[in-house]
Amino acid sequence: MPNNATRLPHDYLRHDKKFPHVWCPGCGNGIVLGSLIRAIDNIGLEKDEIVMASGIGCSGRLPVYVDFNTLHTTHGRALTFATGIKLAKPSLKVIAVMGDGDATAIGGNHFIHAARRNLDLTAIIINNQIFGMTGGQYSPTTPYGCKASTALYGNIEHAFSIAELAVTAGASYVARSSVFHAKLLDKIIAQGIQRRGFSVIVAMSNCHVQYGRRNQMGSPVIMMEWLRDHAVRIEKAGDLPAKDLQDKFTIGVLADVDKPDYIEEYQKIRERAKEG
Amino acid sequence: MTPPKKKRKKPSKEPDDYWKIKKELKEKGIKLYNQIFFRDWCKACGICIAFCPKNVFNRDKEGKPVIEKPDDCIGCHFCELHCPDFAITIQERYPDRRRKKNGK
Ligand SMILES: Cc1ncc(C[n+]2csc(CCOP(=O)(O)OP(=O)(O)O)c2C)c(N)n1
Ligand code: SF4
Ligand code: SF4
Ligand code: SF4
Repeated sequence: MPNNATRLPHDYLRHDKKFPHVWCPGCGNGIVLGSLIRAIDNIGLEKDEIVMASGIGCSGRLPVYVDFNTLHTTHGRALTFATGIKLAKPSLKVIAVMGDGDATAIGGNHFIHAARRNLDLTAIIINNQIFGMTGGQYSPTTPYGCKASTALYGNIEHAFSIAELAVTAGASYVARSSVFHAKLLDKIIAQGIQRRGFSVIVAMSNCHVQYGRRNQMGSPVIMMEWLRDHAVRIEKAGDLPAKDLQDKFTIGVLADVDKPDYIEEYQKIRERAKEG
Repeated sequence: MTPPKKKRKKPSKEPDDYWKIKKELKEKGIKLYNQIFFRDWCKACGICIAFCPKNVFNRDKEGKPVIEKPDDCIGCHFCELHCPDFAITIQERYPDRRRKKNGK
């Protein structure tokens, strides 16, 4: 452990795990991990109040490194485990960390119904636009025309936006940032954890190794520049003509609706049942 | 009976004229920062080197940062927030409250 450094991340890291961590040099997953730690520290939650569940993928390694109650589950099923934990013990803050493939390909059905159900969970989706861990197959968020190991001549499918999907499915809080915009990421993660109901945080991230290299962006610096240049603050997006927004993504809060969550509704049913 | 108070040792690294220097800097409107680099965890990704607005870092043979112009740092914390490996920390060199020796 570096001595004399700010203790903050180190207060939360599990130093008995192997460090430096497993991710490639410059991988955005590490930046998201930092944001998450700062957000939780800002809110002032105790470590034991937090449960983190992740699926499988490079992003799935994230909870392994932090000293909360953590669960490394199966591919695409982080939200199902999170749902069980929250229903069993609603006082816990439950956070699910997923990759874009994890959350929206194999886990897509769980994702939309978790949003619709509006259980008080926080889903952090690290969107690196590719299946990172398994070798760069295209995912539901790989842009049209981009190359992947399963799209050597360019992707002929069209990507969907995870955040907009979450809004439509009924999540009460949806926000997006990127690993370049780390301060905003800190802020929206903290808000997402604090809001009642289902919160979705999309962190646009860089997998320069599996995605970047195939698309002329083979270094973390180039991919960070791409994220910087293609993000538009949501407050400003309204003033821009549609053609300027074509290959861009907005960052900021897409939805923030205060409505009773699943546990509150369930509690009401219990009260009514007791009345007979 | 209360035990006699131990004489507090001065933290060794800090100059004795700490407050004097701090006052001078304040009058000039300058803040200085230390960049604390933890080489063992750095993976030479180059993010800190590329994005530092003041080019504080140079690149060594392995691609890891060398702190070349520590006094140019404006304390924006970009490097600290974006280092994926928690290898850089930025601290004010003359903070209002003197830090205890263990860094807390
Ligand atoms: C049921 C099942 N199907 C497939 C896999 C293989 N697999 C492991 S990780 C992964 C995709 C990871 O991509 P993503 O979720 O985008 O995360 P990233 O690695 O990019 O962070 C796949 C398909 C698996 N482990 N389990
Ligand atoms: S393969 Fe991609 S997502 Fe996985 S650790 Fe490397 S850069 Fe990160
Ligand atoms: S804090 Fe900002 S100015 Fe100082 S070294 Fe880091 S990036 Fe450069
Ligand atoms: S950002 Fe961190 S890991 Fe990357 S070169 Fe700088 S210190 Fe090393």
